[in-house]
Amino acid sequence: MYKLSGVVKNYKKGRGTVHALQGVDLVIEDAEWLAIQGPTGHGKSTLLQILGGLDRPSAGTVELDGVNLSRMRESRLTRVRARSIGFIFQTFNLIPTLNAAENVEVALVPLRVSGAARKARAEQALRSVGLGDRLRHLPSELSGGQQQRVAIARALVKEPSVLLADEPTGNLDEGTRDEIIDLLEDLWVGRGLTMVLVTHDSTVAGRAQRHGQMNDGRLTVVPVTGQARQPGSRPALG
Amino acid sequence: MFFTYLRRELRRRLRQAIFIALGLAVGIGLVITVTAASDGVKNGQAAVLHSLYGVGTDVTVTQPPAAGASRATTFGFRQQIQAFRRGQIATGTKININNLVNTQYGTLGADSVGKVAGLRSVHSTAGGLSLNDVTVTGTVPSVKAGSGSIASNFTTNSFALEGVDVSNTSLGALSAAKMTAGGGFTSSEAKADDAVIDSNYAQQNKLKVGDTVAVGGTSFKVIGIARVPQGGSPPDVYIPLAPAQSIGKSSGASLASKVNTIYVSVASATDIPAVQTEIAKALPKATITDQDNLASQVSGSLASASSLANNLGKWLSVAVLIAAFLLASLLTMAAVARRVREFGTLKALGWPTWRIIRQVMGESITIGIIGGAAGVALGYAGAELIDKLAPKLSATVGSSSPAPAAGGGALKSLLSNVPHTVSVTLTAPVTIDVIVLAVLLALAGGLIAGIFGGWRAARLRPAAALAKVE
Repeated sequence: MYKLSGVVKNYKKGRGTVHALQGVDLVIEDAEWLAIQGPTGHGKSTLLQILGGLDRPSAGTVELDGVNLSRMRESRLTRVRARSIGFIFQTFNLIPTLNAAENVEVALVPLRVSGAARKARAEQALRSVGLGDRLRHLPSELSGGQQQRVAIARALVKEPSVLLADEPTGNLDEGTRDEIIDLLEDLWVGRGLTMVLVTHDSTVAGRAQRHGQMNDGRLTVVPVTGQARQPGSRPALG
Repeated sequence: MFFTYLRRELRRRLRQAIFIALGLAVGIGLVITVTAASDGVKNGQAAVLHSLYGVGTDVTVTQPPAAGASRATTFGFRQQIQAFRRGQIATGTKININNLVNTQYGTLGADSVGKVAGLRSVHSTAGGLSLNDVTVTGTVPSVKAGSGSIASNFTTNSFALEGVDVSNTSLGALSAAKMTAGGGFTSSEAKADDAVIDSNYAQQNKLKVGDTVAVGGTSFKVIGIARVPQGGSPPDVYIPLAPAQSIGKSSGASLASKVNTIYVSVASATDIPAVQTEIAKALPKATITDQDNLASQVSGSLASASSLANNLGKWLSVAVLIAAFLLASLLTMAAVARRVREFGTLKALGWPTWRIIRQVMGESITIGIIGGAAGVALGYAGAELIDKLAPKLSATVGSSSPAPAAGGGALKSLLSNVPHTVSVTLTAPVTIDVIVLAVLLALAGGLIAGIFGGWRAARLRPAAALAKVE
């Protein structure tokens, strides 16, 4: 469970100071799916980075399962990211020189999984996202949707408790978008993940249990349909 | 994963990797070639110097002749000339006088060798006597006593002689010699009337092993013929030190227990300056000469090659190496800058910073090793080229060279009297030390580039790195 209290994030930009987050309070229950929407530059990605331990708040606390991430030493924070948090990015962020299986293996490297086990788990993860026949393909040999599937496999191969996705369908056409969202939802349901998804797409956001709106660094959270959706009850895409 | 990632990344930026490796290779190749050429020049110089100086000798100690000592023109015959002028020698008397005289150097006391031998860092010593054997033959002319020139009636023959410490022939005048016939001295021959003669002198005088040679009026049996390599100006005859001391005279005085040259071998080359200082304290009037003093008197193309290798070559290779290191560092940093998103992603996936630095350094060191291997090949090729193309170099030692400010002594005298030009074939030996140096340089180049690249990668904040994606 995430618990954010009074989270503020300021950073310098030129001579001025940007107030990216201005006192965000938020609780995300285990296995909950929260979608965050908002205009560009209003703090969505900053919030996601703070949730993922990629950045630290200027003020306030960020607790994950009762542990304050904002005061954690960098080495420990790195271990938390390696074990518990999966990331998916808008631009997939695959390593261009490694094939699909090796890209997935990369996530297991900091966990010191042996080479053979790493390979087996990576191939299994790719098969689970429907890429069993693309194991040795380089990212440049895959479509956008396939690349994002590799990124999803990479995020989930270590079996994290949290999945943070930053515009995961932003670079995809509508049909591929739907496939990816279906896949993410299946994984959310199947694995009991806590999922936070930043998106501009209201259709995608509509699939989440709760919906947060970021405006000028302030977050307002409401259930999508007025009542929290349970995993498995899937509304139709618009 | 480390090696897979490393291999793929190097393949991705193959051109850049080749460019960096080539830069390092040129630098390292130059260092190897220049070092090999420099070693070759040093070997050439050593060959020249050893022929003059003696293999194994680090320092020689001599002393200038005392004021009023016997002049070379009289060769110790002052007494006989005076007797003739006073009419004590009758006209028509046949003269045949053979003296062994010390004409060039001052004598050093019996305890001098022991004093030097007892100094710290001195490995071994050997005393020597550099003398001249002079024979005057002729008939006393019919002239009024006390007037006129008598020189035209007499024939003078002389040869250079070295009294050798037979207990330590690894030092001194015979140390560089190779026996071409017969044998050398053994310690049992310390007092024997045996002689070793120089091969050129033997040829000129048609002498062979078993013949005799007159030294200061005493017959010495020729037991060996020696050749001193690379020319130089070796003595004509070598006899054991004891008979040389017994027969030789210095200004009419006996040379018993005296020497005029002390050859010194020092425990370590780094100790040479300290040993020189200590000798100067122990023997304040002595002239102390080391190979550097002697080397400064070497001129000709060998000296030019030495100067070229040590100055231009050294600085050129250092400059190229620094440029290669800088290039490698800058290109590695630029490569890291282009991979900000990649490293940010790895950090987001939980890769600790050290693992990312290791990856960057691994790539740089691999390039360094490839550059080093190519550099060794280039260096070998350069050295081979020198071996194939280098002309014979000549070294001129003697009056054409300026005398050193300090030192000189016996050798200075030897050198300044007779200029010698010695030909040396320049080789460029690539030693294991040079290969080790090349490998270390390659690793250093890779490490330096990797440290810069790794430092840049380590400074990346994951959030900032990923922000570039947006």
